[in-house]
Amino acid sequence: MFKVYKAELVKLKRASLSLSTLASVLFITGLSTSLLFLLVDSPEGNGREGVRITRETLELATGLSLSFSNAAGLLGIVALCIFAAQTAQEYTYGTLRNLLVRQPSRMKVLIGKLMAMKLFALVIVISAGLFTFALSYLFAGVKDISTQSWGSTDARIDIARTFINVTIATIGYGIFGMILGLLFRSPVTAISIGVIWNLIIEGLLSIFVTDLARYFPGQLLSNVAFGGSEEISYQYSLFTSYGFLLVSMIIVAILFKRRDVAN
Amino acid sequence: MKTAIDVRDLSKKYGDRLAVSHANFSVPMRSICGFVGPNGAGKTTTIRMLLGLITPSTGDGHVLGEEISEPENYLPRVGAMIEGPAFYPALTGKQNLMVLAKIGGFDTDLVQGLLEKVGLGDRGDSKYKTYSLGMKQRLGIAAALLPNPKLLILDEPTNGLDPAGIQEVRALLRQLADDGATIFVSSHLLSELEMICDHLVMLREGKVIFAGKTTQLLAAQQPVVIAKPENSKDLSKLAEIAKSLGHETNILDDAVHVKGEKNFAAELNKAAFAAGITLSSLAPVQASLEETFFEMTGE
Repeated sequence: MFKVYKAELVKLKRASLSLSTLASVLFITGLSTSLLFLLVDSPEGNGREGVRITRETLELATGLSLSFSNAAGLLGIVALCIFAAQTAQEYTYGTLRNLLVRQPSRMKVLIGKLMAMKLFALVIVISAGLFTFALSYLFAGVKDISTQSWGSTDARIDIARTFINVTIATIGYGIFGMILGLLFRSPVTAISIGVIWNLIIEGLLSIFVTDLARYFPGQLLSNVAFGGSEEISYQYSLFTSYGFLLVSMIIVAILFKRRDVAN
Repeated sequence: MKTAIDVRDLSKKYGDRLAVSHANFSVPMRSICGFVGPNGAGKTTTIRMLLGLITPSTGDGHVLGEEISEPENYLPRVGAMIEGPAFYPALTGKQNLMVLAKIGGFDTDLVQGLLEKVGLGDRGDSKYKTYSLGMKQRLGIAAALLPNPKLLILDEPTNGLDPAGIQEVRALLRQLADDGATIFVSSHLLSELEMICDHLVMLREGKVIFAGKTTQLLAAQQPVVIAKPENSKDLSKLAEIAKSLGHETNILDDAVHVKGEKNFAAELNKAAFAAGITLSSLAPVQASLEETFFEMTGE
C-alpha cells in the first residue's frame, strides 16, 4: 500500500500537473477573494447567489476565512478532475496492467492511490488557504476594512475549523471523482459527468425542487465546507455525503477487484 | 519444481465465445519458449491469465510452482510486457521505471543500469511521449527486467525494432536464459523464434495444437524439394510430373514445392529431364517454423 502511495507521488509531483493545478487553484481562490472584497459595497452582492456580505461581517473574527470557504466548491471541482483523471488514465494508457503485475493486490493499489491523492488535495487546500489569507489582508487594506479581530483567538479557531471543513469537502469531491474514474474508465467521460453533475444538474435541481439539496453529495459537501447552514446541519451534511461516498466506493472497489483487466 | 509454467485445462469464456479452450501445456525451467498463433488465437488472454489480470473460467495452473489463483506469490519473480509497452506519456522514461520500481519494492538504483542495458541510457530523461516505437519497446523490456526475473513473459518484444534492435533483443534473451531465467515469448517473427526458442507452444482458435520441443515440431514436418524450371512456362507441367510420382505439390514464386525426402530430388530431376524440362535449380529443404506454422494453423 505504501509502495503504491510512493509510486503515485512520482506521478503527482510532475511539474506539468502540480504547476497547472497550483495555477488554477490560485486563480480560483484569487477570483473568489477579490470578488468578495472588491464588491463589498456593490448593491448586487459579493457572495454566493447574490448574497451580500457586508463590511461589518468581513471585519468579524470569521471574516478572514469567508473567501476560503467560498472557494471550496471550486477547489472541490479541481480535486474531482485530478482524482478522476489519475484513476481513469490507468485504463486509457493501459498502465493498470503494469501496476497490477507489480502489485497484484488490487485493494492495495486502490488505497495507495487514494492516500497519495488525498495528500495532493491537502497541498491544494493549504496553498489555496495561504493565498486567500494573504489576498484578504491585501484587499482589506485597499477597501479600508478593519482586520483587528482577524488576529484574535476566535479568528484562529475559525481558520482551523474552516481549513478542516474545506479539506474534508475537497477530499470528498476528489473521492467522487475517483469513483467516476473507476466506473467509466475514461478521464474525459469521468470528468465531464462529474463536472456536469456538480455544477449544472445538482445546482439546477436544487434551485427548482425544494429540499433536494439534502440528498445531493455535491451540495452537501459544499455545505460541509461552510460549516453547515440554517437549513442543513453540518453533521447531517458530513455523514450523509461521506455515507454516500463510502457506499459508492465499496461498490466500485468490488467492481475493480473482480473486473478482468483486458485492455 | 521443473516447470516454470504449467497449465491444465485452462479456459476463458467471453459470453458464448471461448477465447482459450482447455489449454494444456508446460514450459520447462530455464528454457526459451515461443508462444505462437494467429491474431485472435488467445495468446494475450492466456498471458493475462498467467499474470493474474484475467480470471480463468475453468482450469488451473502453476507459475514458478505457485497457483495462478494467487499471483502475489509469484509475480515478484516475474517480469512481463503484455501487448506492447504502456507508460505515462508525461513522465520521462526514468520516472516511468521509478514508478514501477517503487510499486514493486525494487531498488530504484537499478533503473539507470536497466536503461543502459536496453540502449536508452542517454534518453532516460526524455519524456515517454517523445520516444519512437522502438524506444518505447526497449523501455517495456527494461520494465520487465526490473525484478531480476526468474520468469520473463514478453508479448511481441521485437515489435517496432529495427534489425539491429531485434538482434540485441535476441542476444539479451539468450543471455538471460544463460543466467538461469525462463523466457516465454510471443512473436510474429517466426524466423526469430526458430533461432532462439528450444520449446514452442502453438495456439489456434484458443486451442493448443502443439506444445513441446522446437526440434520435435520441425522434425515431424516432411521436407520439401524446391524445383525451379529454366522456362517458367514449364511450371504446371513440372507440378503434374511431381504429382504423378505420388507427391503433394504446390507452385509458389516461380518454383514447384514438392513434399518429399532428400532422395526424391534425383528422381524428380530424371523425370523432368525425360519430359524435356531443364531445371535451373533443385534443392531439398527442411520445412521452416514459418512454413510449419502456416500449415498447422491453416493461415
